[in-house]
Amino acid sequence: MSQFLWIIIALPLASAVFLHFAGRRIGEPRAGYLATLSVAGSFALALGAALPFFQGESHGVTVNIWEWMPAIGAALEINWDPLAALMTLIITGVGALIHLYAIGYMHGEARFTRFFVYLNLFVASMLTLVLAGNFAMLFMGWELVGLCSFLLISFWSTRPSANAAGKKAFVVNRIGDFGFLVGLMLIFATFSTLSYAGIFERAEEVLSPGMATAIGLLILIGAAGKSAQIPLYVWLPDAMEGPTPVSALIHAATMVTAGVYVIARSAVIFEISPIAGPIVATVGAATALWAATIALAQKDIKRVLAYSTISQLGYMFLAVGAAGHVAGVFHLMTHAFFKALLFLGAGSVIHGMADEQNMEKMGGLRKAMPITAVTMLIGTIAISGIPPLAGFWSKDEILGVAFSRGGWFWVLWIVGLVTALITAFYMTRQFVLVFLGEPRWTEGVHPHESPRTMTLPLIALAGLSIVGGLLNTPFRTALEHFLEPSFELVALTHPPEGLGMFVLLAGLSTLAGLAGAGAAFLTYNRPAELWGRFEAAFGRTWTLWSEGYRVDDLYWATLVKPGLRAAEAAAFRFDTPIIDGAVNGAGRLVRAAASKGRGLQTGMVRSYGALFAAGTVAVIGWIIWRGA
Amino acid sequence: MLTALILLPAIGAVLIALVPGRRRELFLPLGVTMSIGPLALAAFVFTSFVTGEPGFQMVEREVWYEPWGLSWYLGIDGISLPLVALTALLVPIVLAASTAITHRLKEFVMYTLLLEAGLIGVFLALDLFLFFVFFEAILIPMYFIIGIWGGERRIYAAIKFFLYTAFGSALMLAAIIGLAVLSSRQTGVPSFAYTDLLDVSLNPTTARWLFGAFALAFAIKVPMFPLHTWLPDAHVEAPTAGSVLLAAVLLKLGTYGLVRFNLGLFPQASVDFVPVMAVLAVIGIVYGAVVAIVQPDLKKLVAYSSVSHLGFIVLGTFALTSGGLVGGLVQNINHGITTGALFLLVGMIYDRRHTKKIADFGGLAQVMPIFAGLFLFTTFASIGLPGLNGFIGEFMVLIGSFPSLPIYTIIAASGVVLAAIYLLWAYERAFTGVPDKPENQALLDLNLREKLVLAPLVILMLLLGLYPKVLLDRVQPSAEAILDRIEATTNYVVPEPGRLEHVLLMEEGE
Repeated sequence: MSQFLWIIIALPLASAVFLHFAGRRIGEPRAGYLATLSVAGSFALALGAALPFFQGESHGVTVNIWEWMPAIGAALEINWDPLAALMTLIITGVGALIHLYAIGYMHGEARFTRFFVYLNLFVASMLTLVLAGNFAMLFMGWELVGLCSFLLISFWSTRPSANAAGKKAFVVNRIGDFGFLVGLMLIFATFSTLSYAGIFERAEEVLSPGMATAIGLLILIGAAGKSAQIPLYVWLPDAMEGPTPVSALIHAATMVTAGVYVIARSAVIFEISPIAGPIVATVGAATALWAATIALAQKDIKRVLAYSTISQLGYMFLAVGAAGHVAGVFHLMTHAFFKALLFLGAGSVIHGMADEQNMEKMGGLRKAMPITAVTMLIGTIAISGIPPLAGFWSKDEILGVAFSRGGWFWVLWIVGLVTALITAFYMTRQFVLVFLGEPRWTEGVHPHESPRTMTLPLIALAGLSIVGGLLNTPFRTALEHFLEPSFELVALTHPPEGLGMFVLLAGLSTLAGLAGAGAAFLTYNRPAELWGRFEAAFGRTWTLWSEGYRVDDLYWATLVKPGLRAAEAAAFRFDTPIIDGAVNGAGRLVRAAASKGRGLQTGMVRSYGALFAAGTVAVIGWIIWRGA
Repeated sequence: MLTALILLPAIGAVLIALVPGRRRELFLPLGVTMSIGPLALAAFVFTSFVTGEPGFQMVEREVWYEPWGLSWYLGIDGISLPLVALTALLVPIVLAASTAITHRLKEFVMYTLLLEAGLIGVFLALDLFLFFVFFEAILIPMYFIIGIWGGERRIYAAIKFFLYTAFGSALMLAAIIGLAVLSSRQTGVPSFAYTDLLDVSLNPTTARWLFGAFALAFAIKVPMFPLHTWLPDAHVEAPTAGSVLLAAVLLKLGTYGLVRFNLGLFPQASVDFVPVMAVLAVIGIVYGAVVAIVQPDLKKLVAYSSVSHLGFIVLGTFALTSGGLVGGLVQNINHGITTGALFLLVGMIYDRRHTKKIADFGGLAQVMPIFAGLFLFTTFASIGLPGLNGFIGEFMVLIGSFPSLPIYTIIAASGVVLAAIYLLWAYERAFTGVPDKPENQALLDLNLREKLVLAPLVILMLLLGLYPKVLLDRVQPSAEAILDRIEATTNYVVPEPGRLEHVLLMEEGE
């Protein structure tokens, strides 16, 4: 079986290649169905290949596909262990649903098949990332998902804002990659290989705490780029320029979790360092709170979700930073369910509202779009951490992990709790603004429920958002048991033991969720003037939130603009006048000397020739004279 | 066989000369045909090359002028083999891409074939004097290609190119002759043969001066900062064929020479000069990329990106680790393929619009989607996207150089961010958005000929990105041999894990 694992990657890749060349002939919607089937096929295969893990019969295998850069221990090889399997199932499972949804969403789009080429290519790249058996191949997947993200964000390439957003995403990610790359250099210099097997099993004997800290923090830089954490999160809100299925699949459910995955994968390294983990957790908690406050004040339905994604990724960082890797991956999974659901729901709304994204112009949509409304409500409850939906279990486990680490982590735990409250508030605000109250639609808009290809994935994801959390409860830790072989080299942090502690902690976080949701409901389920007054009461703070603390302006003023100025200075005030000027000056000088000395203008080339000949003879003489 | 490889294109040039000048329509097809021969032969040499063998293969040696010890001495190893193959591959491609040339077409085809003969010769020559002859001979056809078929300031650019290079090579000639004289004094037998000159014993000072003379000539060719300003001018003015061969092959004379002659002949001086070369390489990487960001002209942008990319090669070379050296040698080829393709692409849009200014374009993806797609593909290969060829060399250089030059390598790694900035920004401005300029609205997408011209390069970008072993297996043993020699003749020890691959290789061999 294991020698066929490569087919999991090859299926969507083959579909992408096929559609690239033959997609136009196949046409809409068949190209979309083919793309969907290829991803579903990978899901089925992965499910079959994961059976031994469910039965506890295997701890994982590594299968070599072919030599790539043997010199640095980098083959194209598949590492199939429970963590990889879980990631694969999430990517292909959620991926297939989103592909299906996109058939409806992208209906009538001129570049319909092109979209599925990119989407398939993305799935293949993401699978490369999680199935890699070494850091070089992981980096390949890492960069390729960045490419797909770029292509899909700027999919509507006649829109200047889409192109700028695509470029911004790629460049900001590359800044993170720079750190990651340096981390890989350190890993290679320490272990003489980039292969997981050669690194993780020897880490304890080879790696000093200092080196582990350095590597860990460099990996964090890369992870912060891909997973949109402070200070590199700025590309993700702009990435909403892409079509909504892209936002759901890439910028919520899968690609942005790559940073969480890579930290969990490198758990051994983080364990050896005394501070790398706590720093990861701190960055995560800070990002969670920071982005949640921004999400509070967004008017654009997708931007709320974008900042919410950043915030939720922060939770995952908090978890893996606290060595609660199972908790982090658990939240990664439940978040993939409910955030994909929320994005697809938002897409359904945008679709039904003729491309309107401003929530102030929505309202009362529950009658026109009942399926979207109900599923979105489920997603909202799930993300708000209200039991027994999926988000409650995973978020609670993260908070429990932070709590049981104690010390500084208590601060992070409080931050997490506060963020939970804010999360429930802004999500409920969104739901109320969109679906409840009176219509505030622009004239001529006729909202309608979306077609079956779109509602079917919504219903499926809603189902997963309800029951997905039951995979890992304090009463039945199935996921932890499943993932155990992948983390056998590390000591995982668990939430505090005992029913009493669980009830206390869960009670607190549920209370936070209910308080946030309740407050938002009471505030926004009223006429627009009233909640408008509520927002105005915050004054400039609200404006600051709605503008994302103006971090983009800050980066522009402190980095982009000075950088451009410096480049211009280097090119036009240094390279051309000074370096090239010196060359041309020397040329003129020699020419002048030559023509004076010989009294006639023989043409530049010849006079140089004579000069060189003389010089050459002199130098030869000197060498011979000096001898050996 | 190697002699035939040099003579075939030269004979092709002579045959073209015999065709009456009025049969203009024949010249390009004939030229392409003539260059298929060397390509086939090069392919044969590439496949029959014995992998895992570090030394020179297919050696040919005929006495040329005995009193001075000159010989027609040719051989090929893993360092020169890929460059020869690249040259043979690109010449038919650039000829097929040169349909825009109408003026003095016959001469153009002849010069291109002569250039090919010279380039192949320079990589095969194992007699230093012969090497020098080829090295200089290349200048002449290239000078004319820029000077006759170039843009507005072609004369200025051609002379600048010629003088700059000639200046460097004059010093190198002195060094070659000096070295040969010392050799004949020590052995009593005059010789310019590379294999004989390896054994000359030099006092450290002389070795450093000789190293300097060679290094200067090659640094100009690479070009290394601050000797790079001839390159943007030459590229901007040269016709497409000239730009492609210049970037893809002529620049590699520099990096090839640094490996073959500087590392090969002067091991101790090479070790001594590591700081200088590494600093200049890193400056080149960062500086070239920064300056590229704001270039208004596409060709100039690509030219400065070459300065940056070639910096990686020099850094890898002087890291004196196998990862760095092998990565650098692989990057030689990969840069040739991607940058060659970029210049071809720029040429194709220039043929349509007669401008290379980024600001004159905009929205091209709407009117020329295939062209835009291929441009983006090549751009990502150049940025070093894993899975495509550009990544392999760059990644190996970075990973491989770090153990010996950690700080420089970290600074060099910032080049990956800068490359994304300058290339994607250029792409954004030229290709995306709405084509609002009327001149751009009716442009035709690539025709079949243009697609065929690009196809081999695109295939290679994928192939070498996913299966670089084709190159690595051939390059690595020869690169290891150079490091072996440095370790054997100096106190230098390649830092761990710089020689890991050596260990792996031996294990596999057993």
